[in-house]
Amino acid sequence: MIRLEKRPNPSRLWTGLTPILAVLLTMVVGGFMFALLGKPPLEAIRTIFWDPLFHPQFAGYSRPQLLVKAGPLILIAIGLSVGFRAGIWNIGAEGQYIMGAVCGAAVGLAFYPAETVLLFPLMVIAGALGGWAWAMIPAFLKTRFGTNEILVSLMLVYVAENILASASAGWLRNPEGMGFPGSRNFKQWASVYNDELVINTGMHWGVVAAFIAVIAAYVLMARHIQGFNIRLTGEAPRAAKFSGVSPARIIFLCLGISGALAGMAGLFEVTGPAGQISIDFGSGYGFTAIIVAFLGRLNPFGILLAGLLMALTYIGGELAQLMLGLPGASIQLFQGMLLFFLLATDVFTNYRIRLTGREVA
Amino acid sequence: MDPVLLVASIMVSATPILLAAIGEMVVEKSGVLNLGVEGMMIVGAVMGFAIAVTTGSPVLGFLGAAVASAVLSLSFGLLTQYLLSNQVATGLGLTLVGLGLSALIGSNYEGQRAPSLAKLDIPGLGGIPVLGPMLFAHDFVVYLSLALVAAVWAFLKYTRAGLILRAVGEDHESAHALGYKVVRVRMLAIAFGGACAGLGGAYVSLVRVPQWTEGMTAGAGWIALAIVVFASWRPLGVLIGAYLFGGVSVIQLNLQAAGTTVPVELLSMSPYLITIIVLVIISARGAHGAPGSLGRPFHAAS
Repeated sequence: MIRLEKRPNPSRLWTGLTPILAVLLTMVVGGFMFALLGKPPLEAIRTIFWDPLFHPQFAGYSRPQLLVKAGPLILIAIGLSVGFRAGIWNIGAEGQYIMGAVCGAAVGLAFYPAETVLLFPLMVIAGALGGWAWAMIPAFLKTRFGTNEILVSLMLVYVAENILASASAGWLRNPEGMGFPGSRNFKQWASVYNDELVINTGMHWGVVAAFIAVIAAYVLMARHIQGFNIRLTGEAPRAAKFSGVSPARIIFLCLGISGALAGMAGLFEVTGPAGQISIDFGSGYGFTAIIVAFLGRLNPFGILLAGLLMALTYIGGELAQLMLGLPGASIQLFQGMLLFFLLATDVFTNYRIRLTGREVA
Repeated sequence: MDPVLLVASIMVSATPILLAAIGEMVVEKSGVLNLGVEGMMIVGAVMGFAIAVTTGSPVLGFLGAAVASAVLSLSFGLLTQYLLSNQVATGLGLTLVGLGLSALIGSNYEGQRAPSLAKLDIPGLGGIPVLGPMLFAHDFVVYLSLALVAAVWAFLKYTRAGLILRAVGEDHESAHALGYKVVRVRMLAIAFGGACAGLGGAYVSLVRVPQWTEGMTAGAGWIALAIVVFASWRPLGVLIGAYLFGGVSVIQLNLQAAGTTVPVELLSMSPYLITIIVLVIISARGAHGAPGSLGRPFHAAS
C-alpha cells in the first residue's frame, strides 16, 4: 500500500526540485507527442530549448527575443503571485494587460504629435492605472458583495477584448491609416517608442520594470509587514483576521498590484514590440503568466527564471514551427502540460510517500 | 422577429451551457470545484467535430466528445483527488491544456462542415401549430439536455447514491467516517461533469455553428460555472440560468444582425457583462447554498 503522510512543513528540497522534474516530464511526454505528430522528438526538443540560444544561424535573432517575451510574463506573474499567496485568484490578467495598453495608448495619442520626454512616463502611469482600475472591479465586487473574483476577473477579459476591438476599429484608429483598423504606430514616434535600451539585447523599459518588480516583490513578501499579512491571509485566514488584518484591504492591495503590473506590461508592449493597438494585441501573456507564477513557486526569483524558461518555449516553439513544421498550438499544449506536471509532482513537496503493509480494514 | 423562431433559437443557444452547467453542478455537489469546464468543452467540441466529420455520424461525434472530455477530466481527478493538488490551479491548468490540445487536433479540420444532425420528429407533437415548431422540432441533444436536468434532480433528491454524493460534498470527513468512499464518489462525479461538458462542446461545433474554429467556445465554460453559482446549486436554477443566458445571446446576435445603432462591441460583450451583474445580484442576496466541502482537498488521515 502506498500512503501519503502530510509533512509538517513543505519540503524545501522538493520545492526547488519539482519545477525541474516537471520540465523534464514535459520534455519526455512532449517528445512522445511530437513523435505522434510524425516529427523527430529529440530534434524538436532541441529546437525548442537549445537552438534559440545557441543555434549558429538563428541565435543572433532569437536571443534578444528572450527578454522581449520574458519581460511581460515576469511583470504580470509577479503581480499574480502576490495575490495567489493570499488565496486571491485573479485570472483576468489578460484583460488588465489589454486595458493598460488601451488606456496608456489613449493618453499618449491624445498628445500626438508632441515630442517631450514627459510623455512616455505619463503613458506608463496611465497604463498602470488602466490595469489597476480594471482589477478594482472584481476587488470592489468581492469586498462589497462577496462576488467570486475568479469568474468576474475572467469575464472582464472578454469585455476588455471587445473594448480593444472597438478601440482599434474606431476611437483609436489611425486617422491617416486609410481606414484600416489599428492605431498609429508608436515605433514612428520618437519620444514614445519603447525601443531597446541596449542594442541587440531585447532589453526595453518593460524588462527593466520586470527586474525592479522582482526585487520589489521580494522585499514586500520577505521584509515588509504587508507581505507578511498577505502570506498570513493565504495560509491561515482566521488567524489573519484575529490579528487585525483586514481581508478587504488585502484584496484591494493584491488585485491592485497585479492589475497595475499587468497594465504596465500592456503599455510597454504596445509602445514597444507590438507597436500599435490592434485587434489581435491580446496575445495570451496574461494566461501564460499564471503558469509562470506557479512554475516559479510564487517566489519572485523563481518567477524570474520561470519567465525566462517560458519565453524560451515561445521562441523555440516559433523556431520549431519554422524548421520542423510543428503546429503552433503544440507549444500551447506544451506549456499547459508543464503546469499540470508541476501540480502533479508537487505532492512530494507537501506529502511524504510511505510504503506500508496491507492495512487491516 | 418571429417569436417561434426566437424561442427555438434560444433553446439551441442555451443547450451547450445547460449541458456543461448541469455536469459541473454535480461535480460541485460532490465538493469538487473544477474550473476546467472551458477546457473540457473545447476538447469536446473538437473531438466531436473530428469524429463526426470522419465517420459522417454526428451521434458518434457526440459520444466520442463525451468520452474524450470524461477522460480529460479524469486527469484533473487524478491530480486533485490522488495527488492532492490545488483545485483552482489544476482547473486552470486543465483549461490551458484543453485549449492547446483542441487547437492542435483541430488544425486539420478548419474550414470543413459538420454533417448535420437530424431533427427529431416527435409524431403528433410536431404538428401542433406554433408550439410544434417552437418546442418539438429540435435535435435529440436538446431533449437529452432537458432530460439530464430532470434526471440529475431526481438522482440527487430521491436516490441513495445521490444522498451519498451530497453527503460527500457537504462534509467529507463525516462521509469518510461513515465509510463512504469519498475519492471514488468524486472521481465518478468529475467524469460525469467531463462527459457533460464534452457533449456541450460538441453541440457548439456540430449544431450551433456548425464548424470548427480555434477557441470557439469563447468562454461558454466559464459562463457555465457562473450559472452553477447563479442556480445556488439547484438543477432547476441551472435550467433557468442557461435559458436566460441563451436568451441574452440570441437577442444580442439578432440586434447585431439587424444593424442597430448600438455598437457591435457593446452587444458582443453584453453576455459577459450580464453574467457579472447576475453574479453580483446573487452574491449580494447572500443566499449561497454552496456545498460545505467545496474546493477543499480531502486527505484521509486514517
